[in-house]
Amino acid sequence: MAESKRKPNLAKTKVPMPEQDPQARVKNFEEVALGYTPAQAVEEAKRCLRCKEPHCIDGCPVNVQIPEFIRLIEEERFVEAYHKILEMNNLPAICGRVCPQENQCEKLCLRGEKGEPVAIGRLERFAADYAASLPENGGKPAVRDSQPKGRVAVIGSGPAGLTCAADLAKAGYRVTVFEAFHTPGGVLVYGIPEFRLPKSIVQREIENVKSLGVDIQTNMVIGKVLSIDELFAQGYDAVFIGTGAGLPDFLRIPGENLNGVMSANEFLTRVNLMKGYRFPEYDTPVKVGRRVAVVGGGNVAMDAARCALRLGAEKVYIVYRRSEEEMPARREEVHHAKEEGIEFRLLTNPVRILGDDAGWVRGMECVCMELGEPDASGRRKPLCKPGSEHIVDVETVIMALGTTPNPLIARTTPGLELTRFGGIVADEATGQTSREGVFAGGDIVTGAATVILAMGAGKKAAKAIDEYVTAKRQG
Amino acid sequence: MNRILKKRVLAPAVKLIEVENPFIAAKAEPGQFVILRVYEKGERIPLTISDYDREKGTLTIVFQEIGKTTTLLGRLEEGDRILDLVGPLGKPTNLENLQRVVVIGGGLGTALVLSQVKEMHKKGTRVDCIIGARNKDLIILEEEISPYCENLYIATDDGSRGHKGFVTDVLKKLLDEGNRYDRAIAVGPLIMMKVVSNLTRQYGLPTVVSMNPIMVDGTGMCGCCRLTVGGETKFACVDGPEFDGHLVDFDEVIKRTGMYREEEKLAMELLQRSLEGGL
Ligand SMILES: Cc1cc2nc3c(=O)[nH]c(=O)nc-3n(C[C@H](O)[C@H](O)[C@H](O)COP(=O)(O)OP(=O)(O)OC[C@H]3O[C@@H](n4cnc5c(N)ncnc54)[C@H](O)[C@@H]3O)c2cc1C
Ligand SMILES: Cc1cc2nc3c(=O)[nH]c(=O)nc-3n(C[C@H](O)[C@H](O)[C@H](O)COP(=O)(O)OP(=O)(O)OC[C@H]3O[C@@H](n4cnc5c(N)ncnc54)[C@H](O)[C@@H]3O)c2cc1C
Ligand code: SF4
Ligand code: SF4
Ligand code: FES
Repeated sequence: MAESKRKPNLAKTKVPMPEQDPQARVKNFEEVALGYTPAQAVEEAKRCLRCKEPHCIDGCPVNVQIPEFIRLIEEERFVEAYHKILEMNNLPAICGRVCPQENQCEKLCLRGEKGEPVAIGRLERFAADYAASLPENGGKPAVRDSQPKGRVAVIGSGPAGLTCAADLAKAGYRVTVFEAFHTPGGVLVYGIPEFRLPKSIVQREIENVKSLGVDIQTNMVIGKVLSIDELFAQGYDAVFIGTGAGLPDFLRIPGENLNGVMSANEFLTRVNLMKGYRFPEYDTPVKVGRRVAVVGGGNVAMDAARCALRLGAEKVYIVYRRSEEEMPARREEVHHAKEEGIEFRLLTNPVRILGDDAGWVRGMECVCMELGEPDASGRRKPLCKPGSEHIVDVETVIMALGTTPNPLIARTTPGLELTRFGGIVADEATGQTSREGVFAGGDIVTGAATVILAMGAGKKAAKAIDEYVTAKRQG
Repeated sequence: MNRILKKRVLAPAVKLIEVENPFIAAKAEPGQFVILRVYEKGERIPLTISDYDREKGTLTIVFQEIGKTTTLLGRLEEGDRILDLVGPLGKPTNLENLQRVVVIGGGLGTALVLSQVKEMHKKGTRVDCIIGARNKDLIILEEEISPYCENLYIATDDGSRGHKGFVTDVLKKLLDEGNRYDRAIAVGPLIMMKVVSNLTRQYGLPTVVSMNPIMVDGTGMCGCCRLTVGGETKFACVDGPEFDGHLVDFDEVIKRTGMYREEEKLAMELLQRSLEGGL
């Protein structure tokens, strides 16, 4: 299409995303956002101004060539658009769904200065889903069969590990991914629920990574079954650690070990990885009471609350000690949660969980908070209002307070430098750790962050590993 | 991998399997466990590594069929594969510098202490072993364990073998007779470990118990397996599974293991119906 004839769509708002009705969707685990039709995608693609200096790309940690793929969508060359994205991003259907675009690519989009930015994430999702609907995924990426440039072990199959593995495979390495769980994907499979990120889509993108020649070995807990030193002894040239931040925090208040109190990790793992929402067809049970409190204000809390609702809870509360403004969850998730009828108890902090004689939760005592001066994180510090104790009547309490890195690998790898919170110290540009040949990235380095930042770290590390191994083999 | 090479029925509903997994066999130590899943829709359950053979690359697991997953596992035959098997998980038992130890195995417990008793024997520790069961038919692995014990005592609830009564009766008698041990190791039903711990506390005998709370991942990421030890919350899968019996809040663990009783019953009923239907 000649540039002169092109008429950009000047609407201030994005083409709306078709969604399941809130009333209907709280009764099922099917995807909430339904995705653009080809016509809607083309219409939205027309909103892109094809900037000469596209700032949107600077906002994308993996540098997706945004205006180029959007142009291909506008020209209805959907499969080519998908391949354009794939050049930089190995998991487009996932990123299109769960990237916090408002803080990444879309934040820097020129259209965002007056009105809404271009719906980059939705378009990315559209291209990936369109390709997936075709036989053979719209043509598989080519696999190299020449002599490998070296062997790399990747520990953890979350977005950081998968991205690092895929990029190294594309660069000509033989890559083995070791995963502790029986299914690869990390938080994408055990944390983020089906209704936001269908597991069949995660599986499809993992199959694509495998088709690059990446070998994924599940049920392998590194640090237990093999140490990093043993991996080197087996002939790996380099190791990438992408083991995430998996350990749940609790509040350490009385009553936390009562029946009916769970970490969000446990609850979400039972629901998502083990498909507890389909019990008894699947064997792993998951229980929610009539009334459920989810403690926390992040994406994890929103996901847990929305799962509890879908499992049949009549009333679900989000209990958060600061105000809505400080909530770390994505706006879209908070909006969806509210639409579905979740009640927000803000400026409220639990102090004690009450139990009955059989050891089950029967209520949670909370205090009201008010906001004081900003603390180290820059957020205003919540202070307890004296005499504001009250009891929230619940049978289930889900703790979504945050997570810390698993120490299994650190404990069994001498010479690996750690941060105060137990994360691995790694160079931001390369992922290089304090041990030669050992690289790390994703939540294990940054603490709980985002899918796309983990992928960006995996990508940088893959490049650095390629340089390291090439230099080592030559030298 | 994960192929069942050998299967034996030790007692009604108690089975032993030897499974091929050279990775786990190479690393397993006494006191550690595996988590397995039998089929695609199955639950992850923890089972103790009862024994291992590094050269053959095999693990021995002994289990009791008490619910859906263990029943399905019991239906696998030699040559079949276990879908998922991960380990070795948990901390190994510390068996250093022990002169004399009394081991108490209740029910299935005998199988679960076998590797520890063997290891202690190798290190020159003198071991007295007390095996308890409801009746003589439920005593398992007596021949396997006896060569490694200085003394082996048996107690049955109905008196059909050995002492009529509980393992704690035998233990109390041994202690009252003036036998001195560096440590007691008790493995078996929660209630048995609780009673043993209460007894040994009176004698000031340090006691290690092996806790079996409900688990999901077994690597510290869910917190399902948490329990209170000496007033602190611990995760059995990474901090244990063995703890100081004098510090464990047994009543809490007992309540927590009953958390999914209704669902477990339903799953078992549905399984039984489908197995009967399939005959
Ligand atoms: C409920 C929930 C919702 C979220 N929603 C969003 C969202 O909407 N958007 C967004 O951008 N981010 C979201 N996040 C955050 C995002 O998922 C993470 O930041 C991201 O997954 C981190 O990727 P990672 O590869 O570093 O680690 P992970 O995804 O945690 O993967 C680590 C993998 O390593 C494995 N592993 C750990 N230890 C070992 C070992 N010793 N040996 C072998 N394998 C091991 C783990 O089993 C796991 O599979 C969410 C997180 C949660 C929990
Ligand atoms: C570290 C550890 C080691 C163990 N070693 C052995 C062993 O060597 N041999 C053996 O027979 N049993 C062992 N167990 C107990 C075994 O895990 C349970 O018997 C098994 O999970 C029951 O599953 P089911 O589906 O057959 O029964 P269900 O009907 O599901 O449950 C029966 C009972 O088993 C317990 N249980 C249920 N699900 C789990 C779970 N996911 N994790 C732990 N416990 C659960 C509960 O107390 C429940 O009431 C061990 C448990 C732990 C934690
Ligand atoms: S990967 Fe994420 S940040 Fe990058 S363009 Fe796609 S949606 Fe935006
Ligand atoms: S900044 Fe926005 S308008 Fe400009 S190229 Fe990127 S997506 Fe298009
Ligand atoms: S089983 Fe999940 S933390 Fe122990």
